Order: sequence, then C-alpha cells, then structure tokens
Amino acid sequence: MERKAHVQTTINGEPAEFLCEPRQSLLECLRDILNLTGTKEGCNDGNCGACTVMMDGRIVTSCLVLGVEAQGSQITTIEGIARGNELHPLQKAFLEEAALQCGICTPGFIVAAKALLDQEPHPTEDRIRWWLANNLCRCTGYDKIVKAVQKAAAEVNL
Amino acid sequence: MKWFDYQAPRTLGEAVEAMTLHPTARALAGGTDLLVQMRAGRRTPDLIVDIKKIPELNQLHYEPGMGLTLGAAVPCYRIYNDTTVSRAYPSLAEVANIIGGTQIQGRASIGGNLCNAAPSADAIPLLIALGATCRILGPGGERTLPVDQFCVAPGQNVLATGELLVSIQIPQSPASSAARYLRFIPRNEMDIAVAGAGVYVVMENGHIQSAKIALSSVAPTPLPVDASTLAGQPADEATVHKAGELAAAAAKPITDMRGTADYRRHLCAVLTRRALASAIAAAKESK
Ligand SMILES: Cc1cc2nc3c(=O)[nH]c(=O)nc-3n(C[C@H](O)[C@H](O)[C@H](O)COP(=O)(O)OP(=O)(O)OC[C@H]3O[C@@H](n4cnc5c(N)ncnc54)[C@H](O)[C@@H]3O)c2cc1C
Ligand code: FES
Ligand code: FES
Repeated sequence: MERKAHVQTTINGEPAEFLCEPRQSLLECLRDILNLTGTKEGCNDGNCGACTVMMDGRIVTSCLVLGVEAQGSQITTIEGIARGNELHPLQKAFLEEAALQCGICTPGFIVAAKALLDQEPHPTEDRIRWWLANNLCRCTGYDKIVKAVQKAAAEVNL
Repeated sequence: MKWFDYQAPRTLGEAVEAMTLHPTARALAGGTDLLVQMRAGRRTPDLIVDIKKIPELNQLHYEPGMGLTLGAAVPCYRIYNDTTVSRAYPSLAEVANIIGGTQIQGRASIGGNLCNAAPSADAIPLLIALGATCRILGPGGERTLPVDQFCVAPGQNVLATGELLVSIQIPQSPASSAARYLRFIPRNEMDIAVAGAGVYVVMENGHIQSAKIALSSVAPTPLPVDASTLAGQPADEATVHKAGELAAAAAKPITDMRGTADYRRHLCAVLTRRALASAIAAAKESK
C-alpha cells in the first residue's frame, strides 16, 4: 500500500513533476527531490520562516505544507526571484545593505519581502516588521534587513 | 513522520466516508498544528484527509441580519482581507491577524484553531463571546453545537469518528454591540498566550444590556465566564472593574514556564478590563 504520489505542479514558472511520499514536506521535496536547495530548513516547525516559498499567491512555510498539496499549484522559490541574470532589487539591496551574515535566513526573508512589495509598494517600517515577524534571523539584528527592504521598495518604484 | 496515505476529496460526502472508514484519520486544513504534532510523534494518523478542496469548507459569507458563515478551512488571511467581513466582525479580523505571522496566516484556519482545542487557542474565547455555533457533519447526519461545548480537554474536541467541522456560524451582532479579544505574550507577535480574554458587549442607553466573557490559557479548555451580573449595570469604571474580578475568580490557571498561576489570574483581570472598556467604546460608536 505504501505508494508514492505523482505530483504535477508549476515551480518558478516552469512545469515540474515529482514522485514523493505523502509524508514528505514540500520543503523536503524541493530540496531533496528537485535539488532546489535555495530554500532553507531552520526549525522545521513553522517558526523561523527560512523555508518560505510563495504558493498560489501567498507566502507559506514549506515545512508545514505536504509535497502532495503542491498538486496543481503555482510555486515560487528563491531561485525564481532574480530576473534572468539580473538580481532582483531586493537581492541587490540585501547585498548593499549587508542585510545578511550567515545567510540561512536570507532566501526566506527575500521571498517574504517580495510578496509584500508586490502587493504594497510603499509599506511603512512598522508594516515591514509586522509582515516579516514569521522570519527569524540570528545574526543581523533585523535593522539592516528592514533597511534593505525599504531601499528595495524605493527602487522597485522608480 | 510515520507513513500515512493522503486523500483530497472534493465533496463533504467523500470526506465523511473516508474519515468513517479510517478511525485514526485526521482532517488537514492549514496543517499548522497537525503537521507539527505529527512530526513530533504526538499524532500518528494512517490517513490524512485534506479538506481544502471541499466548497462548503471554503465558504466565507456574510448575510446582513443572518450573520457570518465561516467555512472551517478558510485561512486567516481571507478573513482580514475581506472588507465586508472585517467591517462586520472587526474583532474576528483582528484575531485572524495575530495567529502566527504572515506565512502561518496564509494557511491556518479558525476551524483548525477550534478543532485543535488548545487551551491557548486565540480564536476560541472570541468565538464563545460572539455566541458562535459549530455545524458538524458525520456518518449519522448533521448537528450543531455552541462553540463553548466543543472542546472537552487539552487537544480534544467532541467530534466522533467520521465527523467533520463544516463551518462556524457567527450570529448577526445587534446595533450598539462590539467584541474584542486581547492576549498577553512576552513578544509583540508570534507567541503563545500566557492568558487571553474575549469579551462581547451589547449596550443600551449607556448601560450594559448583556455581556459575555471567555478566557484562554487559564483552564484545560477555553473558559466561558458567567458575566450575567453585568447586565443592567452602568458602563462605567466600577462595572469594568467588576468584570475583571469575575474573570480572575473564574480562572483556573496553572503555573508553568510561561507564567505562574497568580500572574495569570492577575492578567485575566487586566485583559478583561481592557477588552471590555475597548468593546464598550466601540459599541457606543457602532450603529
Ligand atoms: C509558528 C506558529 C505560530 C502559531 N501562532 C499561534 C497563535 O498566535 N495563536 C494560536 O491560537 N495558534 C497559533 N498557532 C497554532 C495554529 O497555527 C492555529 O491553531 C491554527 O489556527 C490551526 O489551524 P490549521 O488550519 O493550521 O489547523 P490544522 O493543523 O490543519 O488542524 C488542527 C487540528 O484540527 C483538526 N481539524 C482541522 N480542521 C478540521 C475540521 N474541519 N473538522 C475536523 N477536524 C479538523 C486536524 O485534524 C488537527 O487535529 C501557531 C502555529 C505555528 C506553527
Ligand atoms: S524551517 Fe519552516 S519555518 Fe523554520
Ligand atoms: S543572517 Fe544568519 S540567521 Fe540571518
């Protein structure tokens, strides 16, 4: 009875399919089956946001989504954020503002921040902090991350 | 995680049938409680029934005069993004906005919060205060139950094998009424309530016509407080103070790493006073 499931989905705009066990999280499927290792695992229980991906227009923690739930959905990971060879303004701003040290939280922060800027081009600092409350960073102290998002917001709107 | 099978039925009938055939099956809404518990080995279902593809569980419908039908699987973000619903039930939109963070709110449902039956669940005291009822469907048919009778022990609800929570019905709030849920957490967001208080008040000529109070994190299940003595009282400081005392007296808190029993009892009084004062002010504004 222990049969793998066949999942057909769209990842970063491209059709993708994979075989997984129903108990495998979307995070495991991305990293271990599809080799999309940009998405990180921190806590594996929904608290740290390192595994954040976009699923059908909402950001979710992919450690709390089953791979089989991705059937028929649209997923964007950190690998789908750059515009071709050109870094996304958020990625540039994170580099320029030194908004990362070890970097494990960075893909989650960038995917989450992009979702915010896509729907609200002019968020206040409070709004940015509230939106990113589901993302933890043990290195930067957050201020540089918030500054990077503000800088990218200014740039996205040029 | 232990092996399990996965089904995503498209109708209520199929879901109830699957849940009836597999007594250890669990329904999957947002998974923000369930998947954490399964990974920790606290729940070991042999079948996961994903209920998010069933139309009735995705309903979010406000009918003026009738109230709100909140499908059990509707994720939090849909509630606060819906301007009609957040205008009619601002306290519900507010609670949907404090459960976890943005990512959690993209998945977590109020139905899941209720079914998970945690003593600390933030939505349940508010649902009790609002007089909400549960629409339940099982192999034996449909039944309805007030939310305050739904949780029976920490992590346990009244649902029998094969039964599903279909929706939560929140009655129409009369004119001059308002509700509010406040919790205390050591951070600004993303934490489990040390204590919380949900309050609902209906006003009449500067007096409280009726009030309801329910508490989180101070008993094995979310705790309704008998607030009937507040009816007919003037909406002044003395009455607000009395409400706080009622809540503190009803609380049955324990001491754990989040706080001592005394501290929690004190919090019940403070949070109830603040929630009631704020609800009274909002009720005076509301038409
Ligand atoms: C990082 C993080 C932060 C959190 N913060 C908060 C917080 O601030 N406040 C708070 O109260 N909670 C919080 N939670 C807990 C959780 O997010 C909430 O309880 C949420 O509302 C659960 O909803 P869900 O849709 O994810 O439920 P699920 O996990 O899908 O289900 C929960 C339980 O209910 C059962 N179930 C679900 N739907 C039905 C149904 N229709 N019929 C029968 N059974 C059903 C499931 O089988 C399961 O046992 C947090 C969780 C995480 C991971
Ligand atoms: S790994 Fe998913 S939230 Fe931490
Ligand atoms: S840069 Fe190390 S955790 Fe954020």
